[in-house]
Amino acid sequence: MTSHENPGQPMQETSSGVQTAEANKNEKAPQSNGALRTLLSNLMETPRQFRHSMIRHGRPTSDRAASQAVFTNVFLHILPTRIHKYSLRPSATWGLGLISLVLFVLLFVTGVLLMIYYKPSTDQAYDSMKELQYIVPTGRFMRNIHRWAAHGMVACVILHMARAFYTSSYKSPRQFNWVVGMVLFVLTLALSFTGYLLPWDQLAYWAATIGSQIAESPRELTDALHITEWFDIGGFQKHLLLGADHVGQEALIRFYVLHVMVLPLLTTIFLVVHFWRIRKDGGLTRPSSADEVSEGTTLIPSADGAVTVQAGPVTTTVNPNKTYGLMAVVRGKTPLVDRALANTLPTYPHALYAIAAVTMLTVAVMLALGYFYDAPLKELANPAVPENPAKAPWYFLGLQELVSYSAFMGGVGIPAIVVIGLMLVPYLDREREDVGLWFSGPRGKRVTLGTALFTIVVVLSMLTFTVKYGWLRNWYPDIPQIVITFVNPGTVMLVAYVAWSFLITKLTNSTRMGALAVFTCFLISFVILTYFATVHRGPNWEFYWSKSQWPVH
Amino acid sequence: MNADLQESPRFQKPVERRDFLGLAALWSAGVSFFVALLGTLRLPMPSVFPESSSQVKLGPLEKFKGVKMTAFPELRLWVFSDEKGLFALSAVCTHLGCVVGMEEDGGFYCPCHGSRFDAAGKNIAGPAPRPLPYLKLFVSPDGQLVVDRKKEVNRKVRLTV
Repeated sequence: MTSHENPGQPMQETSSGVQTAEANKNEKAPQSNGALRTLLSNLMETPRQFRHSMIRHGRPTSDRAASQAVFTNVFLHILPTRIHKYSLRPSATWGLGLISLVLFVLLFVTGVLLMIYYKPSTDQAYDSMKELQYIVPTGRFMRNIHRWAAHGMVACVILHMARAFYTSSYKSPRQFNWVVGMVLFVLTLALSFTGYLLPWDQLAYWAATIGSQIAESPRELTDALHITEWFDIGGFQKHLLLGADHVGQEALIRFYVLHVMVLPLLTTIFLVVHFWRIRKDGGLTRPSSADEVSEGTTLIPSADGAVTVQAGPVTTTVNPNKTYGLMAVVRGKTPLVDRALANTLPTYPHALYAIAAVTMLTVAVMLALGYFYDAPLKELANPAVPENPAKAPWYFLGLQELVSYSAFMGGVGIPAIVVIGLMLVPYLDREREDVGLWFSGPRGKRVTLGTALFTIVVVLSMLTFTVKYGWLRNWYPDIPQIVITFVNPGTVMLVAYVAWSFLITKLTNSTRMGALAVFTCFLISFVILTYFATVHRGPNWEFYWSKSQWPVH
Repeated sequence: MNADLQESPRFQKPVERRDFLGLAALWSAGVSFFVALLGTLRLPMPSVFPESSSQVKLGPLEKFKGVKMTAFPELRLWVFSDEKGLFALSAVCTHLGCVVGMEEDGGFYCPCHGSRFDAAGKNIAGPAPRPLPYLKLFVSPDGQLVVDRKKEVNRKVRLTV
């Protein structure tokens, strides 16, 4: 490390050396104003000295200086100094993780701005929304951006998760980072949900009421077992969330604290771990073919362990022992371990320019959305009359459909099984072949497609059946609740998916194929249920082909 | 101890005194941090929840005699009277806490997830896990009808007047 830590140091030494000489000269001359003159010249030198003390390297004109620029900067050093060509391809990641991060930062900035006017009190919260909408300059714009960025972040996090899954990016050594990613996914949803209550309008109030009742829904199970009196986990969760029996002032302040302090802090901590682990786990996943030395490149090893790479007109000599000594600690594939430097590019400017471009595009899209589409604000919260239909934001509507079968299974049981199940995938599927390849090759593509078809058939037939014939209670009004808790359209679908995935694992004799099946089931049902609840559920949560058929009051 | 046992890969060396003290110090630090953490978690659970009294005076008893239905939308309940007496029915859906509405046939529906209840409050369709609760009614010394919104009573109980 030492050899390339201080490239600017010689420069600095030179300048300070000159100064020392000057100071010595001044010292020798018995002038009364010698120290003052030094002071003056130091003052004149200060801007340059300050810049050197802050940035120790020269302009990133050479490969080496560019590497230094990335390596010595606390914000950039999370990136490697050189990045693999494959990782820079748009199709390698579609930039989804980066877009999610940009949206998080955008949410942070607009959120802080909104906090200047927002008052978390049931008397004033709604008024401060109106204030932001109609009085505060750019208030409506900032709120719109905040809202669109929140929706965008949820969407990008889900797509990012799908990208990571389909390119096998959860596999060793990245298992733990996949788990961290799942935690971030849950945190993103929690941030969205807590932010939803703050405007204190009808939508907010009833979404929070439903959410807190879902927290209480384990009572559905404990009631059926007649143990609620001694073991009331549901009531405990609800009271912890609301600080009261109903959504009111206590709940508003709790949601506020979670939304502006606790959850952003946790998210930031987990993001740092997430990024750190990308580096420590050997960068982004790439197929092994991406590491092959391209034609026209020659590697000339020398006796001291250094390798000279000749790629076309460019010749670079790398001494892994010297320059990348610490790399021995880093696990996984580093750009230089027995592979060609020829497949990597300096992070500055290549990756940084790509990052800047994605950031710019993301911000531009958010500005446009915020400018043209207003975030909705319903009438003031009214605890006596619920919205009809009372719909959660789109990303919770799939869950709301499941909740309309059983509060406990739809709101707690199935989501918990899905999240824990997805966290376990890297530990259950440890096949190492075809990492970094989309769908792990043609067989995986077939499995994914087949599973998608299977899922579509299962979801659509379950929905059609439920809408047309109802469920157990419609046929047997006296049926005990516990039967419905465990046998409802949601759990039937879950069992079908688990069975299908086991079948795929057995037929293909591959855990990776089983994992692809599990994830595809989750993704496709999420999409279909979300669509169905958004478009086809109307007043009283009844089925309508379109909104135009809703009864007029 | 015999030598074979000590050579087996499963053999664990006994903890030495020095190691024991170190481990004890480490564990006591860990445990005290954990207990302190538990202490901080106690704060969000108040001993008393900031709720108004669950008992509310609804009006003079005479007002309810023979009146088939009186609605209290703010309190989220109805007071009914039948040939046996008075009873109060909660309007809070047992599924996820939305307020149910009354249908023309006397039954109830929930706008949030489509639960249905018959005229007696029994859950007949949708996700509601329990019937609508019957609430305790009594008469205060000044002749007012009082409802206790937290006390659920058996569905056959009537306040005879």
